[in-house]
Amino acid sequence: MASVKRFSPLPGFGLAMGYTLVYLTLVVLIPLTAVGTKTLTMGLDAFWAAVSSPRVVASYQLSFGASLLAAAINVVFGLIFAWVLVRYRFPGKGLIDALVDLPFALPTAVAGIALATIHSENGPVGKLLEPWGIEIAYTPNGVLLALVFIGLPFVVRTVQPVLADLEKEVEEAAAGLGASRGQTFLRIILPHIGPALLTGFAMAFARAVGEYGSVIFIAGNVPMVSEITPLLIITKLEQYDYAGATAVASVMLVFSFVLLLIINGLQGWMHHRYARGA
Amino acid sequence: MSISIRNISKQFGTFQALDDVSIDIPSGELVALLGPSGCGKTTLLRIIAGLDYADRGQILLDGDDASARHVRERRVGFVFQHYALFRHMSIADNVAFGLRVRPRRERLAEAEIRRRVKRLLELVQLDWLADRFPPQLSGGQRQRIALARALAVEPKVLLLDEPFGALDAKVRKELRRWLRQLHDEIHVTSVFVTHDQEEALEVADRVVVINKGKVEQIGTPEAVYDHPATPFVANFLGSVNLFHGRVEDGHLHLGEHALALGAGGGSEGRAVAFVRPHEFDLVPGWHADGGLPARILRVAAAGPSAQIEVSRVDGEVIEVTISRDAFQLLGLAEGDQVSLRPRHIRVFQAEALAA
Amino acid sequence: MSTSIALHAGSLERAETASTREPAWAKVVLISVALSFFAVFLLLPLGTVFAEALRKGWGAYLEALVNRDAWDAIRLTLITAAIAVPLNLVFGVAAAWSIAKFEFRGKRLLITFIDLPFSVSPVISGLIYVLLFGAQGWFGPWLQEHDIQIIFAVPGIVLATIFVTFPFVARELIPLMEAQGSEEEEAAVVLGASGWQVFWHITLPNIKWGLLYGVILCNARAMGEFGAVSVVSGHIRGQTNTMPLYVEILYNEYNYAAAFAVASLLALLAIVTLALKTLVERQTRRQLQEIAATSESET
Repeated sequence: MASVKRFSPLPGFGLAMGYTLVYLTLVVLIPLTAVGTKTLTMGLDAFWAAVSSPRVVASYQLSFGASLLAAAINVVFGLIFAWVLVRYRFPGKGLIDALVDLPFALPTAVAGIALATIHSENGPVGKLLEPWGIEIAYTPNGVLLALVFIGLPFVVRTVQPVLADLEKEVEEAAAGLGASRGQTFLRIILPHIGPALLTGFAMAFARAVGEYGSVIFIAGNVPMVSEITPLLIITKLEQYDYAGATAVASVMLVFSFVLLLIINGLQGWMHHRYARGA
Repeated sequence: MSISIRNISKQFGTFQALDDVSIDIPSGELVALLGPSGCGKTTLLRIIAGLDYADRGQILLDGDDASARHVRERRVGFVFQHYALFRHMSIADNVAFGLRVRPRRERLAEAEIRRRVKRLLELVQLDWLADRFPPQLSGGQRQRIALARALAVEPKVLLLDEPFGALDAKVRKELRRWLRQLHDEIHVTSVFVTHDQEEALEVADRVVVINKGKVEQIGTPEAVYDHPATPFVANFLGSVNLFHGRVEDGHLHLGEHALALGAGGGSEGRAVAFVRPHEFDLVPGWHADGGLPARILRVAAAGPSAQIEVSRVDGEVIEVTISRDAFQLLGLAEGDQVSLRPRHIRVFQAEALAA
Repeated sequence: MSTSIALHAGSLERAETASTREPAWAKVVLISVALSFFAVFLLLPLGTVFAEALRKGWGAYLEALVNRDAWDAIRLTLITAAIAVPLNLVFGVAAAWSIAKFEFRGKRLLITFIDLPFSVSPVISGLIYVLLFGAQGWFGPWLQEHDIQIIFAVPGIVLATIFVTFPFVARELIPLMEAQGSEEEEAAVVLGASGWQVFWHITLPNIKWGLLYGVILCNARAMGEFGAVSVVSGHIRGQTNTMPLYVEILYNEYNYAAAFAVASLLALLAIVTLALKTLVERQTRRQLQEIAATSESET
């Protein structure tokens, strides 16, 4: 490792690094390559047939479409949450700040059955909406709702510290130069938190595409209508169609990796942008 | 313990941090490594400590090659620029740390450790802070605790990285006087890194001036200040006026004027000359027989000396410092014509400046 | 992915002055929107869990929890977390030590690899172990020969859980240890401390809050994971049911009260997790401010 690593007086690099690499390889890298090798043994035609059947394509449309929409909704509400948490004092603020992370902490199955119960026709919200002809549970709307639920903390928690970091003097300077509050927001604040919003959006989107537990209870899971891609993978597995399941999984994996790289890039950008002093 | 630095070179990627550096530091001396930031002085200090390693060269401690010895076995005391006090330990525990981590058979009894910590805290005059924690201390106090902690293990060598760098001016002045006194008391071979020439000149027995990874000059504070070996040293130590000209038959020619250079006035050819502000005599009026004609631009005469800005005929600005009394005797005012007569000119061949 | 960002040095609140204040109506609207969204999307689901669990009274609630199947599910959940969390804890410390305290090539790539499990769908996290250890998998035939059951058994559940909780501790520690730098460790080494002494006396006390934070999140996910374990479990009652899987079974059997009773335990776990997390965040923030303060010049 001498050529790779700079000298350090601290001990333990060999041991720590060795353990890190072995554990990473055994737990993450080897299992993930299983998807690749399984896909490669399929042959192109079989692969294409598996990933482009109408039912699969319909599931992509739902998963990706609902995830994009959910992430967009999260950007709006996440920004509002971050804003009121950073800027205002009001009763219940501490509770909100702590509970914003509930979607992280609440097991997805629990969230799933709770959301399904609330929004079913007998549930407290479902009952209210029914006279208006709005159905949420067991429709694509339910998928969207669940994805909004699990994605919210991503946007709040990326934007919140960046917003808190924005120096008040900058806004005061803008106001002093005659900018209205709206202009200050659009021209000063929004550009400042833009990268954070984008990062939060990408994270919420990435999480939503792969989400399973909180969605399946409320989705109804009707093929071609409200069946998300992760569920389709499980369905194929239960039918012992391992190759088909793996093919669909590989499409999602490639997509996730690209998103991961984009998110890492965004975070690098954020780090670069928001780093002070140095 | 004496330190011998032999032909040390160190590269970071394509950046040559140290280039064939050799320095001998006799036992008991207090030496300053002085240079601009990024000149390699901190790297050299870390190599002496064993916190970094050299690509080439050796470090001898008391004549023994220590290059292969781990930092733990070198018995050096190191004071970090930001002190690196252990945040979660009390001041007393910080100072005791080096004694407590010794292997059991070499470890002192706890009572003895406590005695020694108390003595060290008294030495740095902070025994009343023993139960506090580092974040509760001021910068100057942290600095002294860091020093006490380094001294606890009775190091043969004390290394200090920009020891006063993070302190404000007043505390810095106090602390460096105190460090000098402390060194005179305990006489441990000490090396400190600084970019502040005033600090180096005031505290050190000897000063090593480093630039771009190379040693420019080694000498006593007087020697490096009065007899700079290179243009860099002349320029870096104290403020200085710079003249570009030619040396011919014992004179420095600056445009149409010439200044006599004493004996051994330097080799002929293009040259740069340095004159410190306080090395000028100021004569009212312009005189044909000698001195540079100039005009007084501005005078700042608050304090013991008068700082005078004069401009030469070609517009170049020169700084002159004379005592306030002398200035008042001359009766000069802004706008007056004066002649500048340097008492001392240091001349370097022009090529030397480029190096 | 985002949790590390929550560990932020500055205070997350600021005072406002006249020139940087919105009109009062805007403030009221924004707070109302946030409060309503909060009530409908976060508070209501949480409340529903407990309301539904107690719909048939405390007797039925206790009955749903005190029976063999529920007990088995709780036990398996605890066992799984007890294996996955310590393993990922050790890994997280080792990874953070090598990444934050040393300079080497390929560091960013390594961090990206550590992040991988976060970006993988839970379903795929389960699938990969089916592909490795399932009957048709790489090691399937060999495992069958030796009569070792991994998929549709406890080891599969543990493996899938380890995978999905893999990055938590490392992700908390890496930025924290990078922010702390290595000066204190170097100082300890110069003073003669050995590697383990440096770790125990200097590094560990400095990272303890971040470590705890990572462990709390890791544990919450380990106990609550659903998708990944669902794929590898085979849903054998009393044998391969974790609490979330047991909730699903009860729910699909229209035994809502019992499903929500078990779910209420998991919801309690979430609340405890959030409470601890908030406490630890406060500690870490204070610590980071101390770092900022101690490295600044002051007298």
